[in-house]
Amino acid sequence: MMRLSWFNVVSLTFGFVFLYLPMIILVIYSFNKSKLVTVWAGFSTKWYGELLQNEAFLNAAWVTLKVAVISSTFATILGTMAAYVLVRSGRFFGRTLFSGMIYAPLVMPEVITGLSLLLLFIGIGMDRGVMTVVLAHTTFSMCYVSVVVSSRLFTFDQSLEEAALDLGCSPAQAFRLVTLPIIAPAVISGWLLAFTLSLDDLVIATFTTGPSATTLPIKIYSAVRLGVSPEINALSTLMIAVVTVGVILASLASKRNVAKMRQEEIAAVRAE
Amino acid sequence: MRRFFLIAVPFVWLLVLFLVPFLIVLKISLSDAALARPPYTPHFEWAEGIWAFFSQLDFENFVFLTSDSLYWKAYLSSLQIAVISTFLTLLIGYPIAYGMARAPEEWRPTLMMLVILPFWTSFLIRVYAWMGILSKEGLLNQFLLWSGIINEPLVILNTNTAVYIGIVYTYLPFMILPIYAALDRMDGSLIEAAEDLGCSRLTAFWLVTVPLSRNGIIAGCFLVFIPAMGEFVIPSLLGGSRTLMIGKVLWEEFFSNRDWPVASAVAVVLLLILIVPIMLFQRNQQKQAEAEQ
Repeated sequence: MMRLSWFNVVSLTFGFVFLYLPMIILVIYSFNKSKLVTVWAGFSTKWYGELLQNEAFLNAAWVTLKVAVISSTFATILGTMAAYVLVRSGRFFGRTLFSGMIYAPLVMPEVITGLSLLLLFIGIGMDRGVMTVVLAHTTFSMCYVSVVVSSRLFTFDQSLEEAALDLGCSPAQAFRLVTLPIIAPAVISGWLLAFTLSLDDLVIATFTTGPSATTLPIKIYSAVRLGVSPEINALSTLMIAVVTVGVILASLASKRNVAKMRQEEIAAVRAE
Repeated sequence: MRRFFLIAVPFVWLLVLFLVPFLIVLKISLSDAALARPPYTPHFEWAEGIWAFFSQLDFENFVFLTSDSLYWKAYLSSLQIAVISTFLTLLIGYPIAYGMARAPEEWRPTLMMLVILPFWTSFLIRVYAWMGILSKEGLLNQFLLWSGIINEPLVILNTNTAVYIGIVYTYLPFMILPIYAALDRMDGSLIEAAEDLGCSRLTAFWLVTVPLSRNGIIAGCFLVFIPAMGEFVIPSLLGGSRTLMIGKVLWEEFFSNRDWPVASAVAVVLLLILIVPIMLFQRNQQKQAEAEQ
């Protein structure tokens, strides 16, 4: 095994300090008593209290959550279908166009995606609100889901599906009983990815929303443009905390899953 | 029948919500601005046939983009900012990825997670975090004044420097991960062989490690460059009024000036600029996927 040189240690330390220090400072200053965000005036949790009484933020948070849950669920269904089509359906008319449309949104600048969807909604005379944001988010996040799911579909052994079909399963049963359990971890991480993308999105939501549906990023953006505020620091801290706990739980769960699968494999080999 | 359904549902969805909107942008970029709502007058009717369609195309908005120096300055300045910040991200990201790949094996999953974690936290919040650090009374200036390095606070927030810092900070994980993936796959004995054959450590690094991580470097650079080019949030929060980036221009053209045809033309040109790097990126990814199989 290679040893870490002093250069490696320095660059790793510098790198992780750079990545984490701004967020740590943000969290620390959310507990600042002073309204001035750059002067430390003692510990206080009053900004969290004020945040919980700010109805505009709470409403925006509720709208955001609703949009994220609905759009990521649709995106997971559509994205998994698209992945299955790309990996398993062979050739069909328009396949190149189809795969192009799956990959293009991943690299499309958000301002262009947002602008084009808004022009579509106006063109067909659709009222803008929660519904249009859900449609927009579903469209770009289904592409991320399909990339995650198709990489899993590529690697798993297709003969398992064929065996199920030979043993009398209908294609639907084979998918439900064999394919789905195998690709489930990828489908779940696809859903999580779509969910966070939706929670996080400012640009596309600003273009596609109407006055009735203000999402949390839009609210934060308009507050932040006026400068740094301790209330936003408190809100950011809560969001960082939720994500950190979520990611750690997910990684522990997947680690346990891997360990369990390995044990089962060992048991299966012994049984033979 | 089932296969048809399976293909048709996502296909039609993407056609209606991705391709058609795009064609609408193209169409509006070729229309005249009018004060009516929606603020554009279609310049042609689809029904009149192909010939009428072509004879009525109007490139007025594109001509306008070249006549007003704001636009080409914004494209050039976006290009400059995207290129420089991609280079800076590579300069900072490579040593980190290299350190990760050389770290003891049991540390690597944790290091990986530490790089991915910021990616899951809100982009907006990560940009916002720098506003409090870089402002005139911010923590960086406080620290530098306190340590005696400077006598007067530096103006960093609302300049291009702040935009560079913001882009490097938010896109760093996109650079680290592909480079780390390439370095992790590398066979360590190749370095030993090079050193046995008389290379110094530095030469071995240049002649063996860097070329072997080339695909990771290319992928990382595209993953930073492409989104940085159309970036809106970072220049609008960290940049100043003099920071020109095309994403910001498009936004203002649309929301403040309400000139939809010009905003659409700006979008079409931006996409034309990005098409080359996007194609190159796809090819690089495809080649890598084939090499792995």
